[in-house]
Amino acid sequence: MNQLSHLKQLEAESIYILREVAAEFDNPVMMYSVGKDSSVMLHLAMKAFAPSKLPFPLLHVDTLWKFKEMIEFRDKKVKELGFDLVVHSNQEGIDMDISPFEHGSKVHTDIMKTEALKQALNKGKYDAVIGGARRDEEKSRAKERIFSFRDKYHRWDPKNQRPELWSIYNTSIEKGESVRVFPISNWTELDIWQYIYQEGIDIPSLYFAKEREVVEYEGIKVMVDDERMPVNLRKTAKKEMVRFRTLGCYPLTGAINSTATTLTQIIKEMLLSTSSEREGRLIDKDQIGAMELKKKEGYF
Amino acid sequence: MDITNYLKEHEDKDMLRFLTCGSVDDGKSTLIGRLLYDAKMILDDQLAAVESESKKYGTTGEKIDMALFVDGLQSEREQGITIDVAYRFFTTENRKFIIADTPGHEQYTRNMVTGASTADVAIILIDARKGILSQTRRHSYIVSLLGIEHIIVAINKMDLVDYNQEVFGKISQDYVQLANELKIKNTYYIPLSALDGDNVVDRSENMPWFSEKPLLSLLDTMDISKKIKEEKFRFPVQYVNRPNLDFRGFCGTIAAGSVKVGDKITVLPSQKSTRVKSIINSGDITERNCKSLSKEAFVPMAITITTEDEVDISRGDMIVHSDALPSLSNSLDVMLVWMDESEMDTEKNYDIKRATSVISGIFEAINYKVDINTYEKDEVKSLALNDISSCRLLLTHPIAFDTYRQNRETGSFIVVDRITNNTVGAGMIMGLTQKYEDTDMELSREYTNEEKALNQYVRDNFPEWNCRAI
Repeated sequence: MNQLSHLKQLEAESIYILREVAAEFDNPVMMYSVGKDSSVMLHLAMKAFAPSKLPFPLLHVDTLWKFKEMIEFRDKKVKELGFDLVVHSNQEGIDMDISPFEHGSKVHTDIMKTEALKQALNKGKYDAVIGGARRDEEKSRAKERIFSFRDKYHRWDPKNQRPELWSIYNTSIEKGESVRVFPISNWTELDIWQYIYQEGIDIPSLYFAKEREVVEYEGIKVMVDDERMPVNLRKTAKKEMVRFRTLGCYPLTGAINSTATTLTQIIKEMLLSTSSEREGRLIDKDQIGAMELKKKEGYF
Repeated sequence: MDITNYLKEHEDKDMLRFLTCGSVDDGKSTLIGRLLYDAKMILDDQLAAVESESKKYGTTGEKIDMALFVDGLQSEREQGITIDVAYRFFTTENRKFIIADTPGHEQYTRNMVTGASTADVAIILIDARKGILSQTRRHSYIVSLLGIEHIIVAINKMDLVDYNQEVFGKISQDYVQLANELKIKNTYYIPLSALDGDNVVDRSENMPWFSEKPLLSLLDTMDISKKIKEEKFRFPVQYVNRPNLDFRGFCGTIAAGSVKVGDKITVLPSQKSTRVKSIINSGDITERNCKSLSKEAFVPMAITITTEDEVDISRGDMIVHSDALPSLSNSLDVMLVWMDESEMDTEKNYDIKRATSVISGIFEAINYKVDINTYEKDEVKSLALNDISSCRLLLTHPIAFDTYRQNRETGSFIVVDRITNNTVGAGMIMGLTQKYEDTDMELSREYTNEEKALNQYVRDNFPEWNCRAI
């Protein structure tokens, strides 16, 4: 009998957290963003409740600017694994024709992501919302609890967090309040990739290098994913061998030049990398402490 | 680099969680920043961000302020202090590390207790110019109270005492006495300079007289393994999985020991016995094989078990081996850390969450409060924020428990205020209360079902009567 490896320990911890949610809350939901972290979460949830199906639905907040392939991948997974999926988009934003190209990343994210998420949560009356955030992603996340309390306006109060000891989680809330739960808090980007490799988890092919049409936009390489990219910008497109380290709205997600076409090559590239994962994301660089502000407003 | 070999090696890495204790001036954040920086965990863009912030908030002049790598929230950066627990990660060839970075001031005792609750190892920072201070005694008390068995005494700022071996020797000797007083099992001593990196990752050229391992290689190689075989099996039932009438599985995470198919088990507190019919190790489940079965499982695996007989088992129960029963009681001696701004009320019912069970109870008596700087026991009437005390806890139902010393998972609990829902305290079970032991005989009386129902009714509806469970 051996000690468990670090990945098996992390896996067991995450499963414990997922079961705690299912046992303690009336109406939980799991956020599903189609990215690699969501894929790992889905895999962990399947393990936690086998041989049953997932005891909660998945929620995808669709900003309508996601990569086309993400939506295809999402629908394929629903078919394969048979979980309940709720998709929500902000109708007001749709009516206003919000576009990241026209309105900028801040307005687009506020309306189509943060606001849309609040709408979806209010509509579903969820008392626990499981998310795939990790503490290694950003400084303000490093201090967030695994069970993170939100008031009825979905606000996070970083100075008034509940103490969280051992593996005992306080799940007590009043009606209208909710808890955000982060089962993979203690995983790092490397852990995620190793686990995907070890368990053979399916992820969208956008993570793998391929020749894709990209343009330079606001300091990052943006892939030409549809006709909505302004014509002037599209004219500058050229084919490059690129892949994505994170997936989100295509106009806000930077591609990196890469030749990594397999998982092992991706991991190798990551180990030699000198920049952190979120560097390719426009939204975190808006201002110092950007994530902290977004979280106070209700962003994950 | 052969990536396939690399991945194979890293599959078998283990994990170590440690806590750093020290005050703002001891260079704690600087030490962590240094560990991450020298272990190559800081990436170019993070370095650039910290360089720009160093100019704005930094306290180290020309040098990069290492502390800024770890000081998280904006308000904290402005004030130049760490006020909450932050978790940091890095990895070496052998291990993944999780650092709980906690503030050291007395007003943040609860944060340190929180960080210590999950740590295997504590690093206690001592300023070489100052030696052991009351804060050192305070930090040492907290980590020993929380059951941390390995303490690394990091004697920092050796550059400011000319790397003097005698200074290091004197402080180490003083600490040995303190460790004996607190019955701390394993201590390790390292002279270092976090600011310049001496003995953090690389051996210091300024202190050739120190021949032991530098901090990182000590963390990387120290033995923290537990003897699973000697532990008694403890399995708090977390969730009942019942997809259809043919399957009724009891899910949970093994808190101690191991279990095999066919083992004779007892469910507590009902004391019904049966045998283990099957074990699903959740780790083995894949999308293709969701019915994978195991013959045995051990701590800390997340598993699902089924039983030979249909026994009534629900969340909050504890399954154990029938030949290794824990104690069962509703009156416990506990060490309690109070974590709320409002005072503890000895007449108020609180929710006690222990492992997967929630039971209400009252702290009917405060035996004494510990002065965490002098370790003196004071008589007090009430408990305020950060107070650590010995109390008598009376629960409305009995629970199966081990002492915290025997088992961190089943011997610990949190206290939740039933009105505000806040976590107001954290406790560790020390044992049965004297009062309970004296009256233990009474409990062997046989009661009728009606008497039991009456007792249950009283306990459910009139918890303020403190009626004991039968």
